[in-house]
Amino acid sequence: MDARVTNDVNSAAGGALPLSWTARWDRPMHVNVENVVRIFGATPALHGVSLDIRSGELVALLGPSGSGKTTLLRILAGLDIPTAGRVMFDGNDALKLTVQERNVGLVFQNYALFRHMTVLDNIGFGLRVRPRSRRPSRKEIRQRALELLDLVQLSGLEKRYPSQLSGGQRQRVAFARALAIEPRLLLLDEPFGALDAKVRRDLRRWLLELHNKTGHTTVFVTHDQEEALELADRVVVMSEGRIEQIGTPDQIYDTPNSPFVFSFIGESSVLAVRVEQGKVWLDGTPLDLPAGDVPAGPAYLFLRPHDVEVVDDQAGAISGVVSVLRRHAGLRRVDLEVGARRNRIEIELPADLNLDLARTVAFRPRRFRLYPGAAQTTSS
Amino acid sequence: MTDAAVAPLLVPSFKVPAVTTERPWVRVTLITLAVFFLVVFLFLPLVAVFVEAFRAGVSHYLASITEPDALAAIKLTLLVAAIAVPANIVFGLAASWAIAKFEFKGKSVLNSLIDLPFSVSPVISGLIYVLSFGAQGYIGPFLARHDIQIIFALPGIVLATIFVTFPFVARELVPLMQEQGTQDEEAALSLGASGWQTFCRVTLPNIRWALLYGVVLCNARAMGEFGAVSVVSGHIRGKTNTMPLHVEILYNEYNFAAAFAVASLLALLALVTLLIKISLEWRYADQIAASRRH
Repeated sequence: MDARVTNDVNSAAGGALPLSWTARWDRPMHVNVENVVRIFGATPALHGVSLDIRSGELVALLGPSGSGKTTLLRILAGLDIPTAGRVMFDGNDALKLTVQERNVGLVFQNYALFRHMTVLDNIGFGLRVRPRSRRPSRKEIRQRALELLDLVQLSGLEKRYPSQLSGGQRQRVAFARALAIEPRLLLLDEPFGALDAKVRRDLRRWLLELHNKTGHTTVFVTHDQEEALELADRVVVMSEGRIEQIGTPDQIYDTPNSPFVFSFIGESSVLAVRVEQGKVWLDGTPLDLPAGDVPAGPAYLFLRPHDVEVVDDQAGAISGVVSVLRRHAGLRRVDLEVGARRNRIEIELPADLNLDLARTVAFRPRRFRLYPGAAQTTSS
Repeated sequence: MTDAAVAPLLVPSFKVPAVTTERPWVRVTLITLAVFFLVVFLFLPLVAVFVEAFRAGVSHYLASITEPDALAAIKLTLLVAAIAVPANIVFGLAASWAIAKFEFKGKSVLNSLIDLPFSVSPVISGLIYVLSFGAQGYIGPFLARHDIQIIFALPGIVLATIFVTFPFVARELVPLMQEQGTQDEEAALSLGASGWQTFCRVTLPNIRWALLYGVVLCNARAMGEFGAVSVVSGHIRGKTNTMPLHVEILYNEYNFAAAFAVASLLALLALVTLLIKISLEWRYADQIAASRRH
């Protein structure tokens, strides 16, 4: 295989965008989703979802499977119809438009390339099926497909069939095919879901560069929080058909507004605590942590395993007995049994820290979140 | 390096059989058995047809297949196939499209209805048409009043043939279309293709090899169908006799040479369809492989 072709994902997508196919629209699409409900038979997939996607924004729909993120994407694409609610494209009712009229570029997880067509024919498909009045000449279609192939850095592969390409190459052909119709909105369904880790990382960077160059309003669905945080301008965290939180990656990671978001994004450890007198209490001893405006009563203390510091003084700190030690890259993951109920929580400490099993370690979270919680705790 | 010269000597020299290989006597027995069955049940009868056909000489052979009744039977058979096969391509495509790509109530009923012609004896298949359209049938009197002849005429033969050969196309297509799902179609629609464009440019090419295979089988059966056609045809020489029926009549009249001559034509038609299929598979091997693999 041609080494130039396989390796150039890594080399940044340099060069200016070919002018002949740059967007014919003045401004990327602004999308407004209002109270969208979708019920399949008796099971609701979306319960009244509202979302504003700004022009040119790269938005991630993030959630576990069954959270409704793909349903929302299919509704935006026109492949599914909401049971109730409104979808507006630039202030116009999008639900009145058919799939074809929406002019939306769609990229599937499994690429959905047409297997009987060459790469070039795949890319040109959207132009070839246009009504004659709007259809470019054969030469123009070929020219534009070649330019797009260049944009996705696959020049030289135009005569291949999809089955002769690697997964990453197929995905880029799918992108080129979606871009060929000059979409006003780009929708990506788990775009890197079927690829291995290394290719995913390369393609992520590539997608970011592509987005910066073309400026499409882009919505992508993913269950991979790392992908969402790394790529998106804003992340929409979904769970069970509802939006849990919308925010920038920083907001989502640093100030998750619910236990679900905290535990879904990044790694987390949880301790059942009580809030009394404006302080956090663990097993009847106060911790040196401000409770803020969390009401008195049972609560959950969420912390990031890596965001802790070991302290010598046990007073006001969380202390526990080391039960498991695991080496993890430059760090050591430590399972601590905390308190009388021997709650297990995981923290990460520098690998060179001298630790033994059954030793007591005291630590203080550098950052934490408190969520008032129903007393699932066994005692207290 | 000296090791390289020594190493082969250290390797044990006996042949290591593959894990999946059987013992020699098992292999020989199985192969002999398979060849025996092939020869006795497939090859010998085929040879016998041609040997018997030419027993009375080439001129007698030619005379048997060019006499007016034989020619009429050949024409009728080709005509019936020419109507029934395209009809079943349309029905088969529509049915498998509906079953594979849509969810609706009664889908499983439709799916098993498609198999009905396979499970019903061809004689019954013919009889149901006689009972429906015949003189004593439900709408027979109505048809008679309007001078419409279905039973003992071309329409009846075509109907019976369509019924009997209905499953061939659909049975080939349904599993494939189900496996392929609807994502290609959704991609095409989102790219702006109309429903018809999507069907012609995406769906049809995706299934063309299975469709071709279904058509070949359907055609072979349409030309060779005996039971159902026998019931509805009325056996009118030179008018409603298809080739299989003509063969039977000749055979019953002890006109073996002529019977085998016409039979050899039928066998030849079957061989030709098979050859077309093989040559297409050979010519488009890459595309077939690509469409299955991807």
